[in-house]
Amino acid sequence: MEEKKKGFFSRLFAGLSKTRDSLKSGFDSLFSGFSKLDDDFYEELEEILIMADIGVATTEEIIDSLKEKVKDQHIKEPAQCRQLLEESIREQMTVDENAYDFENKTSVVLVIGVNGVGKTTTIGKLAAQYKKAGKKVLLAAADTFRAAAIEQLTAWAGRAGVEIISGQEGVDPASVIYDALAAAKARKADILLCDTAGRLHNKKNLMNELGKINRIIDREYPEAFRENLIVLDGTTGQNALVQARQFKEAADITGIVLTKLDGTAKGGIAIAIQSELHVPVKYIGVGEQIDDLQKFDADSYVKALFDVPVPADEEETAQNSTAQEEN
Amino acid sequence: MAFESLSEKLQNIFKNLRGRGRLSEADVKAALKEVKLALLEADVNFKVVRQFIKSVQERAVGQDVLNSLTPGQMVIKIVNEEMVSLMGSETTEIALRPSDEITVIMMTGLQGAGKTTTSAKIAGKLLEKNRKPLLAACDVYRPAAIEQLQVNGERMGVPVFSMGTGISPVDIAKAAVEHARREGMNVVILDTAGRLHVDEDMMQELKDIQEAVHVDQTIFVVDAMTGQDAVNVAKAFNDKINIDGIILTKLDGDTRGGAALSIRAVTGKPILYAGMGEKLSDLEQFHPDRMASRILGMGDVLTLIEKAQAQVDEQKALELSQKMRKNAFGYDDLLDSIKQIRSMGGISDMLAMVPGMSAKLGSMDVDESQLGKIEAIIHSMTPEERSNPDLLNPSRKKRIAAGAGVPVSQVNRLAKQLEQMKKLMKQFGGKMPGMPGMPGGRRGRLRFPF
Repeated sequence: MEEKKKGFFSRLFAGLSKTRDSLKSGFDSLFSGFSKLDDDFYEELEEILIMADIGVATTEEIIDSLKEKVKDQHIKEPAQCRQLLEESIREQMTVDENAYDFENKTSVVLVIGVNGVGKTTTIGKLAAQYKKAGKKVLLAAADTFRAAAIEQLTAWAGRAGVEIISGQEGVDPASVIYDALAAAKARKADILLCDTAGRLHNKKNLMNELGKINRIIDREYPEAFRENLIVLDGTTGQNALVQARQFKEAADITGIVLTKLDGTAKGGIAIAIQSELHVPVKYIGVGEQIDDLQKFDADSYVKALFDVPVPADEEETAQNSTAQEEN
Repeated sequence: MAFESLSEKLQNIFKNLRGRGRLSEADVKAALKEVKLALLEADVNFKVVRQFIKSVQERAVGQDVLNSLTPGQMVIKIVNEEMVSLMGSETTEIALRPSDEITVIMMTGLQGAGKTTTSAKIAGKLLEKNRKPLLAACDVYRPAAIEQLQVNGERMGVPVFSMGTGISPVDIAKAAVEHARREGMNVVILDTAGRLHVDEDMMQELKDIQEAVHVDQTIFVVDAMTGQDAVNVAKAFNDKINIDGIILTKLDGDTRGGAALSIRAVTGKPILYAGMGEKLSDLEQFHPDRMASRILGMGDVLTLIEKAQAQVDEQKALELSQKMRKNAFGYDDLLDSIKQIRSMGGISDMLAMVPGMSAKLGSMDVDESQLGKIEAIIHSMTPEERSNPDLLNPSRKKRIAAGAGVPVSQVNRLAKQLEQMKKLMKQFGGKMPGMPGMPGGRRGRLRFPF
């Protein structure tokens, strides 16, 4: 476990460090550059949180509660304030112990989300990991809409060495799910991973289609453990909250997979979603390799979140604060 | 989270301002704070917002408030103008070489932005313009990316050039241009793999392609839902491979699309098209002015006002308001208002243009057929019955119901609704409650949100 954490941590940082040559940490400069907790300090903090896509509303909530705590605990030092802030976000984002129960039960995992977030790739990686852990995995290629989506998942099934149930392009995806459920029961699969077509959450008929798929799983395989994962692109802004809300209505989501965090995006919208909808982030994607899909670790996430890159032209201020630090 | 539209907020800020001739600095500051929030909620980059607000503030302070405009409108007008000018005030197209030369277009962007789909859409557009496009499959990394391009190309009737996954994208690009030359085709669209802006090796690959074949247009494809990071990504792509134009995808979602503004601001490159759906024909011309309203969360208010103004016949409006005052509103008048709503594009079209409504519309069904039923019922009435609703007795109602093909209960309901409307009108002193396109006078209930 210790090993794994380290691997994840270094991977996450490796992604960020690609830009680090020309970048300096703004958050460090914030907490060392300010000598007292004044309005300027909070304004700067607000900027950092908003730049991480946490959103205006959640940022205000975070800062308000921080101010309250600072007052209650008579905190004067920016460094203590940082600790407080990190703790409260970490606490909020910490995943329950039973969040991964589905991995050890006979379960059906439905993977949903808007177009291009990485659903098929996520399933491919999960399949490989579960297979490696000794599970009998079955895939259902229920994205019957996008060109070559079935081929893409089939390629992943080949790589992972797992079986796949698919239909023709253009058939009702619910029928593929139906077949896959029957196959999962007959072949005694431990985990059935269902890929679905990307759909924008404001397309009513597509969301109804998803609701139908969800009901079919409930009806045809009631004894299976249910897990509905929504895949969110880590670079997505405030719209991800609307996405999560709408998808939750169509098929009760139990977890978030946050992808594409190996760039410079922070995926802070996950914090807003967690605070409004109480859906935890369970997996996080930090690269294209199979092992780059990792279980979410609140600790390293919060660290990475506050490791804010500053563009080169602002380096000067960052350097100034570094100089102060050395003094 | 209750969504209060920007225009409503501005209206509140300025409500005590009536009678003053100029906008003071404090007024403008208060208003721009709301504008700033709206922009941030729309995912416009924080730093871009700060810059933008600064330039608007300079322009807005000391502006004359024209008689016809409220201060809120004035600020929005300035904000809108600044945004449109920042976003490029006119629509642009992909520049092509003359038909006897080969134009090479390279599609680039992050993973999942929609490059492959957009490549095929552009090929289809070029086909319509009597060009001979060739799609080249340069994504050798993602499983089945080549198959996806092949299927899409087939659907569009555009040939797809591929060499499998065992060859470097640079060589595929070279061979594709060579192939186009031999076959007499004049546009080559290179579909490249999605890549991160911080991945040096992958970015170098794009540069290598640019050097190996003469790329005329490097297009940056970006998801309209992208958040604050859009500036970092766009800047890195532009710095490293010097993009020529931008295509925004997935704009058929309900994102406000502030990324468009951020990307324009950091690259200065034109936004060429917007992806508006999954069908291969859904690639539309980009309209900077409409995007500005969308980012501000104002819906397409300008279009709505234009439509309403165009549809309301002044003379009729006057007659109607007199009738209301005399409480002589009858079924004929109701029929007229339904017609007006219809000519504005139906209820759902109108609601979609109202700020804050488009988001709610997703979970709400507007039953347009109800309007049709009401029309049918009214059409089944005699002229006397229409102008004098009190005539309706049970036997007449039965006849009307049979004529309109609806149960009597619906006729009853309509009668009741008309009665309620008349009551409301009386209360509001002859102003039509909440009916768009109806005359309401200055203090009437008909109010566009500023």
